[in-house]
Amino acid sequence: MMRWLLFIPLALALALGVLFWIGLGKEDKDVLPSPLVGQPFPAFNAVALLTDEALDQSSLPAKPMLVNVWATWCPTCKAEHAFLNQLAKQGITIVGINYKDDSAKAREWLKAFGDPYAFNIVDPDGKLGLELGVYGAPETFLVDSQGIIRGKHVGDLNTRVWQTLQPQFEAMK
Amino acid sequence: MNAEVAMMVPEFGQLALIIALVLAAMQVVIPLVGVQSGREWLMAYARPLAAGQAVFLMVSLLALTYAFVTDDFSVVYVATNSNTQLPTPYKISAVWGAHEGSLLLWVTMLGAWGLAVAWFSRTLPLDMVARVLSIMGMVSVGFILFTVHTSNPFERHLPSAPLEGADLNPLLQDFGLIVHPPTLYMGYVGLSVAFAFALAALMSGRLDAAWARWSRPWTTAAWVFLTLGIALGSWWAYYELGWGGWWFWDPVENASLMPWLVATALMHSLAVTEKRGLFKSWTVLLAIFAFSLSLLGTFLVRSGVLTSVHAFASDPDRGVFILALLGICVGGSLLLYAIKAPTVASVGRYQWVSRESALLVNNLLLLVSAFAILLGTLYPLVHDFMGLGKLSVGAAWFNTMFVPLSVLLALVMGIGSMSRWKSDAFSRLGQELKWACLAAILLGAAVPLLASGEWNWQVVMGMSVSFWLIGATLVDVWKKSRGQLARIPKLGVSFHGMVLAHVGVAISIIGVTMVSNYSLEKAVKIAPGESTELGSYRFEFAEAGHIEGPNYVSDATRFKVWRDDKLMEVLTAEKRRYNASGQIMTEAAIDVSLFRDVYVSMGEELPDGAWGMRLQVKPYMRWVWLGAIFMSIGGLLAVMDKRYRARQHKRAAAPAAKEAVA
Repeated sequence: MMRWLLFIPLALALALGVLFWIGLGKEDKDVLPSPLVGQPFPAFNAVALLTDEALDQSSLPAKPMLVNVWATWCPTCKAEHAFLNQLAKQGITIVGINYKDDSAKAREWLKAFGDPYAFNIVDPDGKLGLELGVYGAPETFLVDSQGIIRGKHVGDLNTRVWQTLQPQFEAMK
Repeated sequence: MNAEVAMMVPEFGQLALIIALVLAAMQVVIPLVGVQSGREWLMAYARPLAAGQAVFLMVSLLALTYAFVTDDFSVVYVATNSNTQLPTPYKISAVWGAHEGSLLLWVTMLGAWGLAVAWFSRTLPLDMVARVLSIMGMVSVGFILFTVHTSNPFERHLPSAPLEGADLNPLLQDFGLIVHPPTLYMGYVGLSVAFAFALAALMSGRLDAAWARWSRPWTTAAWVFLTLGIALGSWWAYYELGWGGWWFWDPVENASLMPWLVATALMHSLAVTEKRGLFKSWTVLLAIFAFSLSLLGTFLVRSGVLTSVHAFASDPDRGVFILALLGICVGGSLLLYAIKAPTVASVGRYQWVSRESALLVNNLLLLVSAFAILLGTLYPLVHDFMGLGKLSVGAAWFNTMFVPLSVLLALVMGIGSMSRWKSDAFSRLGQELKWACLAAILLGAAVPLLASGEWNWQVVMGMSVSFWLIGATLVDVWKKSRGQLARIPKLGVSFHGMVLAHVGVAISIIGVTMVSNYSLEKAVKIAPGESTELGSYRFEFAEAGHIEGPNYVSDATRFKVWRDDKLMEVLTAEKRRYNASGQIMTEAAIDVSLFRDVYVSMGEELPDGAWGMRLQVKPYMRWVWLGAIFMSIGGLLAVMDKRYRARQHKRAAAPAAKEAVA
């Protein structure tokens, strides 16, 4: 056997190591504001989940809102859903992006677990998600009344996270 | 205990951890120096040092447990993960409910495996014991350092300690969480033993049948823990996430499945190395891969590189540290492999049709499956790295990759255990297995027709390969016992273990096939007094009310489940609000039986006292985990085989001599 072949596992492992190293460095980006902060919400053309009406960026409400990226295949979305319902009850506007999901399942989900969303943008192939730099569901964007992205949170929303996001949200009013 | 002494327990814990670190460092150096210089008295330090390290780690873990049980909120970790209202069993499980404590549990288990190796290695030559324990010591040093340096669970909130803790994440307040992580960690960490044996053998150049025989029970024991741990995790997700899913292809689930697949390959490759002296280099590589993947799992969970339900709070410092550890451990062992492997010669021949070939094919299938999962798990990271943007890989991709590979695997498994070493013939195998094959196809084809009256290829495939696997295994038992029932018990514990484990795989595949294809579910709006039907069941909403728990208050709904006007079960689903954190959790109510689960979970309260409910009927759900139990019992039987414990110096020497001649 050729000896250099035996170094292949080592080379692969090192390559993975480099990848992780870069991945670790990039992590800061999610903690620090995303590059989209300060940018207008990307243009899109999609349909609404429940009503099937056509939506684009002008359909976003003219008030501060949370834009929540979710899917039924995402267990963490399930974990945060009850908290979103609570926020909606407090009168906070939440626009959903149903990300790479089956619309029928998503409708069932909202029926079963409650619907905290003003409306949902259907994003079956993740095009809008890509524009938004979505890393994995759930992610939540803070968008102001002008449709400008003001902040971003990766992972589930809960009481603890909301303590830090709420002041930011209030500041947009 | 004196009150002042009691207050200092966390400091004792920290001290014990540091003593364990020092002992581990000595365990790395002293025995290895002994091996290099040929001094037996230095090598003999390996066992007592390993024992000492294990004892101090256990003291440390007990100290942390004590801080939890006594609500010592001056300890930061206790204050963030416990609460006075938390029931005591959960206070204990909260010890490993977050990063710092779970890491302490991890290193304690590593110490315990070291202790076990020290204890059960009477038949091992002293220099091997010294090498193996020294390598395990290296892993210990790395991870204890990591704990002390970046994740110290004993850190204090002084001088002003909070009066009340923040509470354990409600998702984790559950029996499943008391047992799932420790079991899984035992599996992850247990693979370090096979890893240490492989490296010790590489270092000494003694990759022989004896080495394979020593490694086998340890590998199998770790695999049993891993199997149970994964099954427990899946079971926990099923009833605790309140959603009826049992496998999500979540990065952390994948991180446990990958080492399991490679450990499975390793067990079988070790068998070939022991019996036939073949695949040595391959076996060593698998041992390195298996442990590397379990370390990778640790890294993925703790570094925050990937987001997941299980992810602990991410901290870039920790990520860098653990990546460095991973680099040293994996890089170092693969470098040693690349340098030393050419000196390893596998002697012995085998034909294309033989048990060796079948095992090799299955080894490759297992490895390809593990690799596919690795690819899917890391793809979002690679994609982003190449500047192609961010994305996530959904369950569909994993299913497309994993399902066909599993079908192939099950097909070859049936042939593998039947076929003979060295050389066999398709004609013989065909002769013996043709009826099993025909019966499997016919029965498999009958299932969808009986179940729903509709043809379904997926079901036919899944059921046929399962029946095939069971059939081929039974034929194997029949042939090996030469058709006499009285002979079956005499076939040996290892053989029985294999039979059980293989049947277990078939049981799991049946479960997965049935539950994936024939589950019924329905989301309904329903008010008390109303009924709704799903399949042959009628769900009657009996009443709605409230339940006061020790640290939560819940809305509860009670359902009567009827079938053919017979009351099957009364189910009470809950939606809990935890007092300390205000988090809301749904507790599904499940009626369990061997052939189907009835699953009721609560959604939102709607106007007029109605509730949004999710109702599910999941056929054969239990089989998924029942199969895992079979596999574990099979593994346990294999570990118990007496030949691993017999004095085997002579027998160990014999095959090696034979190889040298051959």
